[in-house]
Amino acid sequence: MDLYLLEAIINGILLGGVLALLALGLNLIFGVIDVVWISYADIVMCGMYGVYFLYAQYHLPLPLAFLLAILGSACLGVLVHKLIIAPVLNAAPLNQLLATGGLLFFLQSFATLLFGTDFRNIGVRLPVLEVASMYLSFARLIAFGVALVGAFALYFFLKKTYVGTAIRAIAQDREIVGLMGIDQRRIYLVVSAIGGALAGLAACLLALQYDVHPFIGNTFGPVIFMICVLGGLGNMLGGFFAAFIISLIIAIGGYYWSTELSYVLAFTFFIVLMFIRPRGLFTP
Amino acid sequence: MLSLSSVSAGYGSFQALFGVSLDIARGEAVGVIGPNGAGKTTLMRVISGMLPLSQGSMTFEGEAIGGLPAHHIIEHGIAHVPENRRLFAKLSVEENLRVGAFIPSARARFAEQLDWVYSLFPKLKDRRTQAAGTMSGGEQQMCAIGRALMSKPKVLLMDEPSAGLAPIVVQQVFDLVRKIRGEGLTVLIVEQNVQQVLDVVDRAYLLEVGAIKLSGTAAELKGNSFIRESYLGL
Repeated sequence: MDLYLLEAIINGILLGGVLALLALGLNLIFGVIDVVWISYADIVMCGMYGVYFLYAQYHLPLPLAFLLAILGSACLGVLVHKLIIAPVLNAAPLNQLLATGGLLFFLQSFATLLFGTDFRNIGVRLPVLEVASMYLSFARLIAFGVALVGAFALYFFLKKTYVGTAIRAIAQDREIVGLMGIDQRRIYLVVSAIGGALAGLAACLLALQYDVHPFIGNTFGPVIFMICVLGGLGNMLGGFFAAFIISLIIAIGGYYWSTELSYVLAFTFFIVLMFIRPRGLFTP
Repeated sequence: MLSLSSVSAGYGSFQALFGVSLDIARGEAVGVIGPNGAGKTTLMRVISGMLPLSQGSMTFEGEAIGGLPAHHIIEHGIAHVPENRRLFAKLSVEENLRVGAFIPSARARFAEQLDWVYSLFPKLKDRRTQAAGTMSGGEQQMCAIGRALMSKPKVLLMDEPSAGLAPIVVQQVFDLVRKIRGEGLTVLIVEQNVQQVLDVVDRAYLLEVGAIKLSGTAAELKGNSFIRESYLGL
């Protein structure tokens, strides 16, 4: 096989890791709370600014900056739930979309106001590895590994703990769980915190590779939604695999044509599949 | 042990219960019978806290529990096996049981309770990794009862445990009820299957249009001419 194609495929898979992590967060929130966080990618933007300021401006050690950014994003998730989602929990879905969509513009405008539209980089230069005369970004490699670890940690939490099992139960029957002693509102807060923390983790991994600016959420937000819908909204495993399908299409399309055209290709693939399998690729 | 006094409740502007009073003593099995739409399920939902009561009061072991949300009522020791079982279909049998042991006091003795439930219902142990939704109706009813028992309740509320089951399975479900009684639990059971339920309970209440119309021991009700005509078809 063409070595450059192989390189593109590997980079595609590596990119898929972070997208899969974000798809997990979005699907978790949708599956449990039944609300789509349109502004999810902008929580990531906030997290990236957090990393930037803590590390590049206030010179905290990078691991500490990452940890604080993740914790901050988790708190932001809880705040979003308490201030924006909880009041419209029983409202029509359209109103919920408007509320979280409004948050998207609020966060982007607020970031513009505070930080301007400059592209900022945290200035960590990680080497590019040469493996069998292919060039692989070390930052992407780390991002992929950490994203997978995060995904598996989430899996074990949902599978092995009482709270995790309760989260999966509530996604199936939210009315009945009170009878087992589960307080729905508390589970919603836990899920919002986990969703925020996953966005924060993704923010750390993305900050190693990309500049942060107020509209960075727009560059991958739509892709994450496409991935979630493709995998079946609320279907966590489906979203996880769909992330790799989409990132491979983008990577291979980028290799043969151009990055812009590869997104056209990915969205065309998505639209066609929505006609064939409207409920998602992995929904039986 | 559990006592309701002039409890009223409803859904929005629709009132389903009108001043219902009932008492259950420790170790008793009590039935609530009545036609469709009489408010039997509403009564269960009020007791377990799924539905707030609009008037009246409710005490359990001397403590006022009226108006507490469901996730607090269970901590007092009242577990509710809901109508239509309402299992978490995609979770395995054991995961359903784990959700049943969510409250802190139950988590602490999860292994012990699990052994107890498996000894009561050996079939659940064979099926423990199977998705609950793929089991037969009778097995699902066992799982729903097991899930409620995981919290080690003092009172078990059962809402139409025989609904939607084949006649032979209905018989098995009532055997389950006897088994649970044998474990010393207090049971409040709502049923349309009047003949069968009067065979397992000590006392019963007849609920019609949201109010208690008759009450008495199982033997008295079996001999009551109104019950015989309207509910037993004799």
